[in-house]
Amino acid sequence: MSSTQQALGFRQSAAIGRSWRPPWHGGLRGSELSWAIAFFVPYGAVFLAFVVYPVAYGLWLGSSPALYAELFENPRYLTTVVNTLVLVGIGVNVKMFLAFLMSGFFIRRGRWIKALLVLYMLPWALPALPAFLSLHWMLIGYGGFLNSALELLFGIDGPIWFNSYELALGANVFAYIWKWLPFWTLIFLAGRMAIPQDIYEAAAVDGATGIRRFAFVTFPMLANLYLVSTLLSTLWTIGDFTTPYFVSSGAPALQTEVLATYGFRVAFDHGYPAAGVAAVMSALPVLIPIALLLIRRLQATEVQL
Amino acid sequence: MSATTTVRRIRSPLFYSLQRLGVEALCLALGFVLVVWSLTPIYNMWKIALDSHAGIFGGSIWPEAPTLESFRVVVTQDFWYLERFWHQFGNSFIVGLSVTGLTLAIGSLASFTVGRMRLRNGWMLTNAALMTYVIPASFLAIPIYRIMQIYGLGNHLSSLILTLTTFATPYAIFIFSQYGKSIPMELDESARIDGANPLQIYIRIYLPLMAPALVAVGTYALLLAWNEYLYNFLLLSTPQSMTVAVALAQFLNSDESPWNYMMATAIIYAVPPIILYYGFRRYMAAGLTMGGVKG
Repeated sequence: MSSTQQALGFRQSAAIGRSWRPPWHGGLRGSELSWAIAFFVPYGAVFLAFVVYPVAYGLWLGSSPALYAELFENPRYLTTVVNTLVLVGIGVNVKMFLAFLMSGFFIRRGRWIKALLVLYMLPWALPALPAFLSLHWMLIGYGGFLNSALELLFGIDGPIWFNSYELALGANVFAYIWKWLPFWTLIFLAGRMAIPQDIYEAAAVDGATGIRRFAFVTFPMLANLYLVSTLLSTLWTIGDFTTPYFVSSGAPALQTEVLATYGFRVAFDHGYPAAGVAAVMSALPVLIPIALLLIRRLQATEVQL
Repeated sequence: MSATTTVRRIRSPLFYSLQRLGVEALCLALGFVLVVWSLTPIYNMWKIALDSHAGIFGGSIWPEAPTLESFRVVVTQDFWYLERFWHQFGNSFIVGLSVTGLTLAIGSLASFTVGRMRLRNGWMLTNAALMTYVIPASFLAIPIYRIMQIYGLGNHLSSLILTLTTFATPYAIFIFSQYGKSIPMELDESARIDGANPLQIYIRIYLPLMAPALVAVGTYALLLAWNEYLYNFLLLSTPQSMTVAVALAQFLNSDESPWNYMMATAIIYAVPPIILYYGFRRYMAAGLTMGGVKG
């Protein structure tokens, strides 16, 4: 069964499931209801104990307006916000765009391209911690692999990457893209494979090939997937902790921290949990609209993510 | 339009074979770039692990005198950060397997209730679960740390297991509900007419038919638990309780650690998830497409 057929079959059954109503509208009866409750209790308990309680506790910890007044006056916090915006704004968008292009490359036929895809997935299969440790040691100023290679191959004296704010920030963005590019390439690849081949054939009959095929067929078919993926990735990246924590480790002089690492440090190293919570909760006005937009996109177009 | 078609018709077959060659060459070049891009940081790990301590920052791009000494040190726990390495490796496995088991059990039960038991407005429960992801996991570090103290689970593996299960389950419920729609309701109906209670339907009909989704989500949960760092570090801090990820990051506590030992540890730590990933790639991809892309 091709992925197209699967996609179509899938959508059909989903539609049936939605329009079908149980013969009795009143919901569950006696013993059924107690079974339903018993089945749902484990998740309900987990949800209450480890989602509702921590969120409420966090909101309560960070509820005093004075905390935020203090926070917004702190230049360190403002740098942190800028860094987070750079990581999300540049990192996510460059990554998504590259992933989209790469998916176009990997959909080509050929055995060596299949083999290359297996290799290309390695950064994603590798746990984040070893990957970022390696990238950190690769970029370290004296004797790091990158500078040694630059010296040997081109005779260039590489910069001390983590001594410069811009370069250290760039290193974080680079490491982030390196780690997550394969995953999103795979998503777009699956999206491209789900485009029915007969649409392409029909387009070819109408004379759409090459660039026009891309602009009028491939891109419109994938636009929503692209948007949804970008929103989701933005949501995840705003909370990224591992990349800045291990790649630049805040260097130089804690200037390249992001919200998650900053809040963590304020809470645990400096011992001000309320200030730490306030720092991360200050992202809520951004997070909630993105989440709402994401949910609306998902409901409006039935792209499931 | 007609102009381009005429132009095309005039071009000789040689033009097309040249064009195809050009495209092929471009693809090969891009392929080469991708190999370098993907493998350089991984090569760097091996380079450092195989170097002697003095050779790491010697400015060479291959190990000067390659030796497996650092791997021997890790495997025989011959360094004080690594004294309990295998115990910690075991901890990582316990955490990974428990998170997987709990996520599958809790997630499948919840999605069975929502999807198969005709709960009115059951979809709202799925949506509520998904709302967990609105706040990034790392932003809940501080409250969760405090709450684990309140629950009396500080420094206990179960605190990490429960936290990671919490973050994995909404995804599991979502995937299970999506996949469950492809299983005909008539099966449940006929079983019910034959007198099966919901528990029997869940065990005898639902779970076996959900096997592909269970494998996909199980792999996801195992990888999540193994690869996670922040909560490992936050919730487990004694050598007895910590997992490999925390032991690995311990090397960063000092500026003069033996980085070759650290990289050897990192490589050993990365082996299980890579095996798991490549072993279950097919199912993982199925899981991603199930939840990811019906564009």
